[in-house]
Amino acid sequence: MNIVVCLKQVPGTTEVSIDPETNTLRRGEVKSIINPFDTYALEEGVRIRERYGGRVTAVSMGPPQAAEMLREAISCGADDAVLLSHPAFAGADTLVTSCTLSQAIRKTGEWDVVICGRQTIDGDTGQVGPELAEWLEAPFVAYVTAVEEVTGSTMRVRRMVEDGHEVVEMLLPGVISVVKEINVPRLPSLRGLARARKADIPVWTPEDIGLERDTVGLAASATKVVRVFFPERTRRGEMIEGDPKGQVEALLHRLRSAGIAPGRRDGDD
Amino acid sequence: MIEVRSDLCTGCGSCVDACPFGLIDIADGLASIGEGCNLCGACRDACPADAIIIQTDGEALSADDSYRGVWVFAEQQDGEIKDVAYELLARGRELADTLGTALSAVCLGHSIDGAGLIAHGADQVYLVDDPSLATQQEDLYAAELVRLVRQHRPEIMLAGATSFGRAFFPRVAAVLKTGLTADCTGLEVDTEKRVLLQTRPAFGGNVMATIICPARRPQMATVRPRVFKKNSPGVARQGQVVRVDFQRERVTARTRLLGFVRDIAERVKLEDAEIVVSGGRGLGKPENFAIIRELADALGAAVGSSRPPVDEGWLPYAHQVGQTGKTVSPKLYIACGISGAVQHLAGMQTSDIIVAINDDPHAPIFEVANYGLVGDLFKIVPLLAERLRGE
Amino acid sequence: MDYGLSEEQLALRNLARRIAEERVLPVRAELDESEDFPWSVLKDLADSDMFRVFVPEEYDGLGGGCLELCLVVEELSRVCSGVAVSYAASALGAYVLLEYGSEEQKQRYLPDIAAGKRLAAFGLTEPAAGSDVAAIKTTAEKVSGGYLLNGTKQFITNGGEAEIYTIIAVTDPSRGPRGASAFIVEKDTPGFTFGKKEKKMGIRASSTRELVFRNCLVPEQNLVGRLGTGFIMTMRILDRSRPGIGAQAVGIAQGALEAAVDYTAQRIQFGQPLISLPVVQQKIADMATRAEAARLLVYATARTIDGGARSFSEESAMAKVFASDAAMKVTTEAVQVCGGAGYMRDYPLEKMMRDAKITQIYEGANEVLRGNIAVAVRKRKARRE
Repeated sequence: MNIVVCLKQVPGTTEVSIDPETNTLRRGEVKSIINPFDTYALEEGVRIRERYGGRVTAVSMGPPQAAEMLREAISCGADDAVLLSHPAFAGADTLVTSCTLSQAIRKTGEWDVVICGRQTIDGDTGQVGPELAEWLEAPFVAYVTAVEEVTGSTMRVRRMVEDGHEVVEMLLPGVISVVKEINVPRLPSLRGLARARKADIPVWTPEDIGLERDTVGLAASATKVVRVFFPERTRRGEMIEGDPKGQVEALLHRLRSAGIAPGRRDGDD
Repeated sequence: MIEVRSDLCTGCGSCVDACPFGLIDIADGLASIGEGCNLCGACRDACPADAIIIQTDGEALSADDSYRGVWVFAEQQDGEIKDVAYELLARGRELADTLGTALSAVCLGHSIDGAGLIAHGADQVYLVDDPSLATQQEDLYAAELVRLVRQHRPEIMLAGATSFGRAFFPRVAAVLKTGLTADCTGLEVDTEKRVLLQTRPAFGGNVMATIICPARRPQMATVRPRVFKKNSPGVARQGQVVRVDFQRERVTARTRLLGFVRDIAERVKLEDAEIVVSGGRGLGKPENFAIIRELADALGAAVGSSRPPVDEGWLPYAHQVGQTGKTVSPKLYIACGISGAVQHLAGMQTSDIIVAINDDPHAPIFEVANYGLVGDLFKIVPLLAERLRGE
Repeated sequence: MDYGLSEEQLALRNLARRIAEERVLPVRAELDESEDFPWSVLKDLADSDMFRVFVPEEYDGLGGGCLELCLVVEELSRVCSGVAVSYAASALGAYVLLEYGSEEQKQRYLPDIAAGKRLAAFGLTEPAAGSDVAAIKTTAEKVSGGYLLNGTKQFITNGGEAEIYTIIAVTDPSRGPRGASAFIVEKDTPGFTFGKKEKKMGIRASSTRELVFRNCLVPEQNLVGRLGTGFIMTMRILDRSRPGIGAQAVGIAQGALEAAVDYTAQRIQFGQPLISLPVVQQKIADMATRAEAARLLVYATARTIDGGARSFSEESAMAKVFASDAAMKVTTEAVQVCGGAGYMRDYPLEKMMRDAKITQIYEGANEVLRGNIAVAVRKRKARRE
C-alpha cells in the first residue's frame, strides 16, 4: 500500500499568554515541533505498513526548517519525505493548503490512503483533511479511532462521534483524519535515525507541482485575516478575599442569592 | 510578501511583542522578521510608524454581487432538528436583517420534522427529505448542498461545528472553492462591503482573529453548539417550505455506515448540565480529581476538564471543555485550577455565572469570572463541598 | 563540557535520554515500590534498537563500542538505575558470546539479543564465592551428549527473566584457576530452576535471583571457547563491562545532582533559596565536580577500550571505583542538602542513594579493585606512557 501522511510544523507552545499589565505577549522560547495530532497520523501509517506492506511517505508544506521535522518522521518509521517550501506558499488558508498538498500527493505517484491528524494546534480548524479529500476527489472519514481492516479496495474504520463510535467502510483510495485515541506513537529507533541522517528530502516549489504563483499562498487564499487582537475581558467580576472558610461562605452566600446553589438564602429562616 | 520599510522603522519594538510566533527581532535598530511568518498582520497593525507592509498579488478582487441571502445548514438526527440549528437561526436572523436579506434553512434527511425552523427565524426552508438521506452520508449530503448552493447562490452559509459539520462542511467549501472559517465565536457584518466578519481564537495563543472571505461566495462559517443562544420559537411566524426532490442516482456514495456503538452514558451529561465543575492542570495529580467529583456530587453537577488533564490521560475526552472539546453554557461553571487559556474559554465563556478558584492571582480566568477566589483549591473545594452537603 | 562525541553518539545519547524521560520517569517510583520487572520499558528500548548497540552488524546489531553502551546506561541510570542495570546486564551476559563465541553460537543467540527479544544474564557469583571467584563450586561434568551442571549461582541480575545465561562452572577441579569453563544455558532447560526473587536495598526494578542447577544437561555445542579458559574469559569481559557500571554510577550521580539543585533552588529558608547559602554551594560544587570527573574517567576508559587497547584492567577498575564512590558521595550529600524532603519517598533522592550503594559492591567490590589497581601501578612503577 502507498500511504501518505500529512505533517505540519507548528509553534511548540500554545501558551502565549498576555501580560495583563502591559497587554503584550508573554513568550518563552517558541521552538517548533511536529503538530502533536500528526504524530498519531504518522504512527498509524507506519502500523498499516507493518500490517499490509508498502511505503509511508511524509509530506509537509512549511518553511525550510520543517525538513528537520520530516527527518524525525523518517526516524520514526516513514520511508521517505518531501517538503513543499517556497515563499510563495506562505499565508495560505486551508483551501489553498489542501490544494497545494493534493498536487504534491499526486506527484508522489499512485496512493492508497492519506492520513492527517484531526487538526493543528495553531490553526485548530480541522479543515485541511476534508478539503484535501475533495481536491483529490476521494472519500473522507474524520476522527478515526481505529483502522480495523484493509482489503484490496476498502478500508474499515471506527470513528468517534458525539455520543459514541461508528463503524464505517470507505472505498480506497481515501483520506482519513485520526484522533489521539488511535495509538501511542513510537519513539525514533537508532536505525531510523541513521536513515533520517542520510535521507535526501526533496524541496518542491509551486512550479515543481504544476501550480502557478497566483494559485498558492496568501494570494490565492479565499479567507484573509483582517485583524488580530487581544480579547476584551468584559466580565471581570468580584474577587472574594479572605481565608478559605471566609471565601467559601461569601461565595455560597452569593450563589444562593442568585438562586443557583442549593440551600437556604440568607434570612430565610 | 512582508517587508519592513527601513526608512520608516524606528526600532521601537511594538511589532516584537505583537507577533504571536515570536519571529521578530530588533537588529541594528531595525525590525527583522524571521522564517515562518504566515502574514497574519499582527505586527503591521501594531506598528505606530506604518513601517510594515504586506503585499499580495491580486488583492483587489471583489465578490460576485449577485449572491444574496443567509443560509443555515440545519443538521438533524433521526428526523429531529438539532439545537445548534436553532442557535444559528437566531444569529442568522440578526445578520439577515442587518443585510436586508432573507434567511433560509436547508435541511437534508428523512422524515424530518421541520416545523420549528420557520418558528426559529427562517423565512424559507429547503427541505430535502429522502430515505437515502436517513444516515448522514457525506458524499450525498455534500453533493446535494453544493447543487442547491449553485442554484440559489446564498452570500453566507452557516453550519454547526458538530462532528458531522466539521467533516462535511469543509468538503462543500472545497468543491465551491470558497472560504470557510471554523469554530467562530463571533459573527458580524460589515454592511458597507457586505462581508461577514468571522471571529475566532487564533494562532494557538491567547489572541483572537477576525477573518473575512472577500472575493468568494458563499462565505462559509461553522459555529460550535451553545456559542449562540436560540430564541423561543415564534409560532406565529410565517415562512415558506420548499420541498426538493433528491435524485439519488446523481451521486456515488463512497463510504458506508456499518454500525454504531453508543458510549456509556455519564451520570450527568456535560452539555446538558445546569452546573459544571471543572478541574485543570492545577490539580497536579489524577487522584486529585476526586475533590472535583465530590463538589460536583454535592451540587448535582457534571464534571468537566480543561485540556491538559485529558491529554495526560487523567480522565476521558468526553469531559473536555474547550476549543477541541465540548462547548457548555450552564447556569454555573466552577473552574478549579484552570488558568483560563483562550481555547478553554471558547468552551465555557457563555455560562451564566463563572466562578474561578486558582492560586495564581494573574490567571486569565479571573478576567472572565463573576466571582474569583485566589487561594489553595485543595482547601477551598473540599470545604465548599462540605458546606453544601451539610445543608 | 565538550565530550568529543560524534554526531551518531549524540543522537544515540539523546534518544536514550528521551526514552528515559518519556517512558521510564513516569513509572520509576512505581517500579521501585512494586519491584516489578520493567518489561514495558525494555520493550521500548528494544523497539528503538537500543539492544543493537552492543552487537556487531553481522548479527543484526549496530556495531557500537563500549562508549556507546556507556552513553545509554548513563542516560537510563540518570532516571532509574534499576532499569539501566537490567539493560546493561543483558550486555554483560552477551559479552562472553561476543568475545569468545563460535560463529555458530553467535548466529544462534546474538540476533535475538540484539532485537531485545531475549534477555541475557551472566552467572558467576555463588553463595561461597563472591570476591573469591576461584572458590566457585558449580560443576560441569562431561557426560555423553554434553555437560551435566550441578550447583547454585547467587545474586544473578536478570535471573528468572533472561532466557540466555552465560554460566561459569568447574570442569576440572584439579586444575584450579584453569579448571573452569563457560557455558550457555537457556531458560527452561530441564534441571535449571530459579530461587526466589531477592528483596534488595536498591535497584529494585532489577530482578535478582539464585540459579539452581540439578543435573542440568547442557549440550556439547553450548560450551563457549576452550575448556579451562572460564576464569580468563571472565576477567577479560568484566574488564570490558566495568566502565558500564561506572556509567551507571555517573548517571545516578547526575540525576541526584539535578534533583538536589532543583530542590535547593526553590526551597526558601532564612529568607533565601538554600542554594544561595555558602555551605550548600560548597557541597553542590563538590557534587558537580565529582560527577563530571567520574564521567570523564568513564568515557576515557571506554575510548581506550574502543581504540583497541590490549589490556585495560587498571583503567577499567579505576573508572568503576571512582564513579561508584562518587555516586555514593553525591547521593548521600544530595539527600543531606535536601533535608527532610530528601529523606521522603515522595522525592526521588532517597531512592538514588539506595541505588548507588550496589555500584561499590558488584562487578568487583571496590576493595578488591583497589588492590588490583595497586598491583598494576606497582608493576608499571607508576610510569605513564
